Amino acid sequence: MFFRMIKGAFTRQWKKMMMIALTVALGSSLATAMINVMMDVGDKVNQELKTYGANITVVPKSSSVVNSLYEIEGADTQAYLLESELGNIKTIFWAFNIVDFAPFIDTKAELGGEQIRLVGTWFDHHLELPTGETLNTGVQNLRTWWDITEGEWLSERTWDKDTDPVMVGEALAKRMSLHSGDTVTLSTLSGNKDFVVAGIYSSGDEADDEMFAPMDTVQLLSDKDGYLSSIEVSALTTPDNELAIKAAKDPGSLTISQYETWYCTAYCSSICYQIQEVITDSVASPVRQVADSEGAILEKTHLLMLLITILSLVGSALGITNLVTASVMERSNEIGLLKAIGATNGAISALVLSEIMLTGIVGAAVGYFAGFGFAQIIGQTVFGSSIEMKLFVIPIVAVLVIAVVLVGSLPAIRMLLSLRPAEVLHGR
Amino acid sequence: MSLLQLKNISKIYGELKALDDVSLEVENGEWLAIMGPSGSGKSTLMNIIGCMDKPSVGEVILDGRDIAKESDKGLTEIRREKIGLIFQQFHLVNYLTAVENVMVAQYYHSLPDEKEALEALERVGLADRAKHLPSQLSGGEQQRVCIARALINHPEIVLADEPTGNLDEANENIVIDIFKQLHNEGTTLIVVTHDPEVGEVAQRMIVLDHGKIKTDRVNPDFGK
Repeated sequence: MFFRMIKGAFTRQWKKMMMIALTVALGSSLATAMINVMMDVGDKVNQELKTYGANITVVPKSSSVVNSLYEIEGADTQAYLLESELGNIKTIFWAFNIVDFAPFIDTKAELGGEQIRLVGTWFDHHLELPTGETLNTGVQNLRTWWDITEGEWLSERTWDKDTDPVMVGEALAKRMSLHSGDTVTLSTLSGNKDFVVAGIYSSGDEADDEMFAPMDTVQLLSDKDGYLSSIEVSALTTPDNELAIKAAKDPGSLTISQYETWYCTAYCSSICYQIQEVITDSVASPVRQVADSEGAILEKTHLLMLLITILSLVGSALGITNLVTASVMERSNEIGLLKAIGATNGAISALVLSEIMLTGIVGAAVGYFAGFGFAQIIGQTVFGSSIEMKLFVIPIVAVLVIAVVLVGSLPAIRMLLSLRPAEVLHGR
Repeated sequence: MSLLQLKNISKIYGELKALDDVSLEVENGEWLAIMGPSGSGKSTLMNIIGCMDKPSVGEVILDGRDIAKESDKGLTEIRREKIGLIFQQFHLVNYLTAVENVMVAQYYHSLPDEKEALEALERVGLADRAKHLPSQLSGGEQQRVCIARALINHPEIVLADEPTGNLDEANENIVIDIFKQLHNEGTTLIVVTHDPEVGEVAQRMIVLDHGKIKTDRVNPDFGK
């Protein structure tokens, strides 16, 4: 009988029920979209910020101490990292979060009477990992903001082995009147060496006054074969929390369970710690500017999305309140009759709530899929990639919809409870 | 002891006394007609007897329980267990068929039983219209569905408010015949009406005027 009455109510009030379903669908679609995006936005923002360079730098321990003491960047402290250990970076616990990395070594050189900095690095280096995997990594991926104004990115794999290529910063190229394809002679400690300008880049920072050449060339020129002065690493990280901050100061201060949680979470500090474990006498530290930006952007984005979710749900609840109240008013005679023939307030409330809940479930299901579609639109429009469907969003949306439907129905239920059969049946 | 006792009840709405010190006793199996002009207090009295309202003053004892002291939940229980209501406007649930409208009363009383509901409709001559919606039934047929619904739980009192008010003469006679049959079976009937023809077939008739019982008489011709 209960279901016959519910079916009857649906048949008779299908327009109103459809409006309620639509209101719930609107709220749940926005909630679904926002929660899905909110859950995915960390990775998306991370990926987005990765295009602005590395977020971890690795330097030799002694160099790091001097840098910290005297706040000098790039001081020559005669300490180096081993090139042979570079592949170990891709063997740490969070290996899959290491997106790219590039080693650096620099030496002084003279060009046209001016002393310049010649930096050796990987451009698009093909690396055979100890695990058997292969990887192409280098500054081409790390310095995506470099604008190649002339020529092209230096490719170690395709460059003619008979000549030595170099990439020249825009400011330096202008001062020396260098163009792509020109040959330049650099005076180094090991003597003069000719380079062919593969390309001219604009970086917008001090690199505009530098030259970049393949790693092995600069190692030979500086007589540091097999050594590196630093490594830049781009890693996907989880924004820091209190645990990460505490661990970054001193991992030894953590309890065993805290240590396990921290070690097994992709915090910047735990990835740094793991890199230090595999690179001898190294100090890996986060590039604070990038890490802090990530945290701040994520926090604000989360807050914004939370507000949109709350507002959409409040809007839905208000819409439901109006629609259910109108429905109860329209059905006051029927409700009065049911009370007159012995239906309790609880039984009638259960009947009305069941109708609204069933309608809400239909609306929520439609809203969920629509919301997932919205999430994809947001993902494509804002981040240029899709948003992953997270199954745990379903129970969250379900709980939110139930809460919204219940809260939205409360005024109508109160009205229903106050209806007196004598008043509605006799118009008193 | 009487099935229903009203002891000096009054119902006051602000300045208005809809019922003024009314006392009445109704015996088990009695057929009582309550008559009077508009505004005389008939509907107010019906609401109080039907446990849909409480008096402002006085006692209403129904089957030993004082409804004036009952909570809303208690009144609902009394309505469900002891009273069958028949309305002038029928008040059928318009999206349920005739038999489902009868079953609604069963559902809130105990358990719906379609066979029993069909028998109730057969008793009022509507077995063949059981699957019709109220909108597909005439006024007389709707009133008979309403009567079947009122009788389905075997109430101690059947309370009818202007049961023939919206019916033509033929249907009025059908309803009166059903009431006669119910009375013969021992059902206590209280019919509120302003129609003398309906009032005069009752066993006893009271006439209300300005909230007071003006006349209370037994029909000498009853049963003839």
